[in-house]
Amino acid sequence: MQNGTHNDLRQSEIEIKMKASKVGVFYGEKQALRDVDLNIPARSVTALIGPSGCGKSTFLRCLNRMNDTIRDCRVVGDINLDTLDIYDNKVDVVQLRARVGMVFQKPNPFPKTIYENVAYGPRIHGLAESAEHLDHIVETSLKQAGLWKEVGNRLQESGTGLSGGQQQRLCIARAIAVAPEVILMDEPCSALDPIATAHIEELMDELREQYTIVIVTHSMQQAARVSQKTAFFHLGNLVETDDTKVIFTNPKDERTQGYITGRFG
Amino acid sequence: MPQHIVQKYDDELKKLSTLIVQMGGLAESQLSAAVEAIVKRDSTLANDVVKSDAKIDVLRNQVDDFAIELLARRQPLANDLRVIVSALRISSEIERIGDYAKNVAKRAVALNQAPLVRPVHAIPRMAALVQALIKDTLDAYITDDAVKADAVWARDEEVDELYTSLFRELLTYMMEDPRSITSSTHLLFIAKNIERIGDHATNIAELIHYTVTGEMQKEDRPKGDDTAYAVVNAPGGQR
Repeated sequence: MQNGTHNDLRQSEIEIKMKASKVGVFYGEKQALRDVDLNIPARSVTALIGPSGCGKSTFLRCLNRMNDTIRDCRVVGDINLDTLDIYDNKVDVVQLRARVGMVFQKPNPFPKTIYENVAYGPRIHGLAESAEHLDHIVETSLKQAGLWKEVGNRLQESGTGLSGGQQQRLCIARAIAVAPEVILMDEPCSALDPIATAHIEELMDELREQYTIVIVTHSMQQAARVSQKTAFFHLGNLVETDDTKVIFTNPKDERTQGYITGRFG
Repeated sequence: MPQHIVQKYDDELKKLSTLIVQMGGLAESQLSAAVEAIVKRDSTLANDVVKSDAKIDVLRNQVDDFAIELLARRQPLANDLRVIVSALRISSEIERIGDYAKNVAKRAVALNQAPLVRPVHAIPRMAALVQALIKDTLDAYITDDAVKADAVWARDEEVDELYTSLFRELLTYMMEDPRSITSSTHLLFIAKNIERIGDHATNIAELIHYTVTGEMQKEDRPKGDDTAYAVVNAPGGQR
C-alpha cells in the first residue's frame, strides 16, 4: 500500500536519540515495568501517557538513571543514548544526567538567586571558561527558556520568589544550561495554570528544534498538542506507540482507545 | 464498546445519533412523498413536501450546534472524535438530500399541470432503489456497521445505470414528440435529483466507514452514470 511505503521511508529517515530494548523495572519483588521496547526520535517531543501506576514515570526515570536513587529498584534490559549503553558500569551517572536533563512536576528552584539557579550546573560541570562566559550561558539559557524578558533585570533576586510558571521555566533554563541532549519532563505543567502551561508548551515547541524531549503527562490534550510521538502505558506494559496524530484519531489497541476516550476498560 | 466513565457523555453521543437518525428518516419520507406526488399527480402533497423541508433544516442546525458544543465541552478523541466530526458532515449530507427531495416535489407540481408522459414509470423504480440506499445507510449508521455501509456504497452504481437509461429514453422521447419537452425536461431533472440523492447516501456510507474503521475509503466508487457523454441521434437517421 502506498501509505505504508511512505511511512517506512519516513521511519528509516528518523534519527533515534534513545533506544530502549526489553526494559523491565522491579521494585523489590514487584515488577513495575516489563519488556518495554521504545525508540525515542531525536529533536522531537515524545509523550508518555497512561493511568496512574502504569509505569510511564518509572520508564522516564530509567532514561537518566534516576531510579538508581531508589533502594531495591532494579532495571533490566538495555537503554542506549546514541551508542552509549547508559546502564554500563563505566558510565558516570552525573555526566549522564548532564546529557539527559530532567524537569519535575513541582517547580523546584534552589533557594538561591535566579542567576545562581542557572549558573550552578555549568559551574560544577566546568562548562564556563570565564565569568563572562558564565554570564553568557545564564543569559542564553534564560532566553531559551523564555524567561529573560521577565527576569533579565533582576537576576540577583531569589528564584523561589517567582510565580509557579516562572519557576518551572527557571528549572527548564537550569536544565538547558548544562547543554543537555535530552530533556525529560515529568508532568511539568500539572501545578500550573493554563496560561503558564501555554508558555511551557510554546517553549517545548521551540526547544525541540535543538533537543530531544520526553514528557510524561496526565493531560491527553497536552500530549496531543505538544508531541509528535505518543506511547501509551498500561499496567506496566507499553501497549501502543505511534505518531501522535494516529494515537488520538485512530488508535489500534482497545486499551488505548478506552483510556484516551475515558471509557471503562 | 465499553461505556464512558462519565455517563452523561454517552447520553450526549446517543442524543447526537438520535438527531441524525431523525433527520435521515425525515429525508427518506420526504423523498417518498415527493415521488408519490408524481405518481398520484397530487400537487397538494407536493406542496406539503416543499414546506416540510424546513424541518430538516431545523434539525440540521440542532445537530451542528450540539456537535460543536460537544467538541468544546468534551474535547473528544479517537472514535468519539470521529463520531462527532462525522455527525457534522452527515447532517449536511442529509440536508442536501432534503433539498433534492424538495426540488423533486416542486417539479411534481409543474409536471402535474402538463399531460402525462410515458417515462414517468421509471421514476418510482429509481426512487425505490435510492430509498433503500438511504434506509440501509441509516441502519449501518445506527449499528456502526462498516460492511453494510460499504455495500450501500457499491450499490449506488445501479442507480447511476438506471438514470443513464432513463436519460436516453427521455431524449428519444423528446425527439419523437416535441410537445413532451416540458414534461420530459422536468422528469429529467427529477431523475437527476434522485440520482444525486443516491450520491449523498454513498457519501454518508463513506463517513460511516471512516467513523467505524478510522480509515478513509481508498478505492474509487464504481460509477454507472455515463450521461455526460451521451449522444442520441434524431429519428430518421443522418442527413
